[in-house]
Amino acid sequence: MSGTSACPGCPENMAMRMLGMGLGKDIALIVVAGCSSVIQGLAPKNSYNYPVVNIAFAAGPATASGMARAYKARNRNVVPVVWAGDGGTADIGFASLSGAAERNEDIIYVVVDNEAYMNTGGHKSGSTPLGAYTLTTPEGKKQNKKNLPFIMIEHNIPYVATASVGYPHDYIEKLRKAKQISGFRYIHVLTPDPYGWMFDPSRTAEVAKLAVQTCYWPLFEYENGKLKISDESLHCLDKRTRRPLRDFLSVQGRFKRITEEEVKMLENYIDSLWEKLMKLYENQS
Amino acid sequence: MLKYQYYPITVPDRGAGGKTGNWRVVRPLVNKSKCIGCKACFMFCPEDTIKIDESDGKVYVDYDYCKGCGVCSNVCPVKAIEMVSEA
Repeated sequence: MSGTSACPGCPENMAMRMLGMGLGKDIALIVVAGCSSVIQGLAPKNSYNYPVVNIAFAAGPATASGMARAYKARNRNVVPVVWAGDGGTADIGFASLSGAAERNEDIIYVVVDNEAYMNTGGHKSGSTPLGAYTLTTPEGKKQNKKNLPFIMIEHNIPYVATASVGYPHDYIEKLRKAKQISGFRYIHVLTPDPYGWMFDPSRTAEVAKLAVQTCYWPLFEYENGKLKISDESLHCLDKRTRRPLRDFLSVQGRFKRITEEEVKMLENYIDSLWEKLMKLYENQS
Repeated sequence: MLKYQYYPITVPDRGAGGKTGNWRVVRPLVNKSKCIGCKACFMFCPEDTIKIDESDGKVYVDYDYCKGCGVCSNVCPVKAIEMVSEA
């Protein structure tokens, strides 16, 4: 795995190493265009310890569907894993993702969400939160983040989970669980990018933990119609035990110009997100 | 034309991005007497440059590939990893 061409402190590399720890052998990676196409090094070699198919943005899940069927026809027990960024998932690749989820193809889909198109220098994506500075939103984004895990829950697929690189054991546990289930499995990982989010590269893991502690990023898994909130996020169920959102915003340069009003709007958005989760949680019991 | 120009498939090999050790401006130094062998740095290192010494369970750094990001120093619970300037 050493010798990648990622920036120092890259969270996507952390997530990739943990993927290796979680999934083990018999994996074929499909890397959708993004940072990860560059990180793996110079073709025809890659530094990911897995065979990789590099493919265009919108073709990832479609390629994986075909590979899953081909492996099945040849009686080989290999799981195709799509590794995509948030731009390749929320914006450009969404149609084929939705199609593959609807057909319930036997693949794992992992999203590494750094909340902008970081490979091209940090442009706004559908996953960028409100108030964040990017190259195309110099005054801060005016819209809220697209809530992908909820969209995937609505597709009625067997497994949806969110994770953060700050909590590797939780993430690895979810990957292991996903490998044993068959059908379309979706895992959404928050990866705080030091260069796009503008903090010191040494604080990558710290910021990933802060996102969970301030309840900005909920950790949960949704398996066969049952929602389970992970232990790291249980304190968010009560509004009084949440860590103030300011702690998360103040360490990042991209929220430097956020106004009081926008912080309120972001807080309201997080509240509504947790209300939705709690509704799902209460309805099942 | 090479094979990979027809098929967009790459195969695993170590160091496909080159020896990245020369990117470093600060170097992590492990204080072996402070290290408790919890392996938090091994878990979080983005480059897989933290190696585990089989004899005592403590860690050492592979300086051929370490980029000096400082994540290991930040996550260490006992502050056994110090970042010192290269040069």
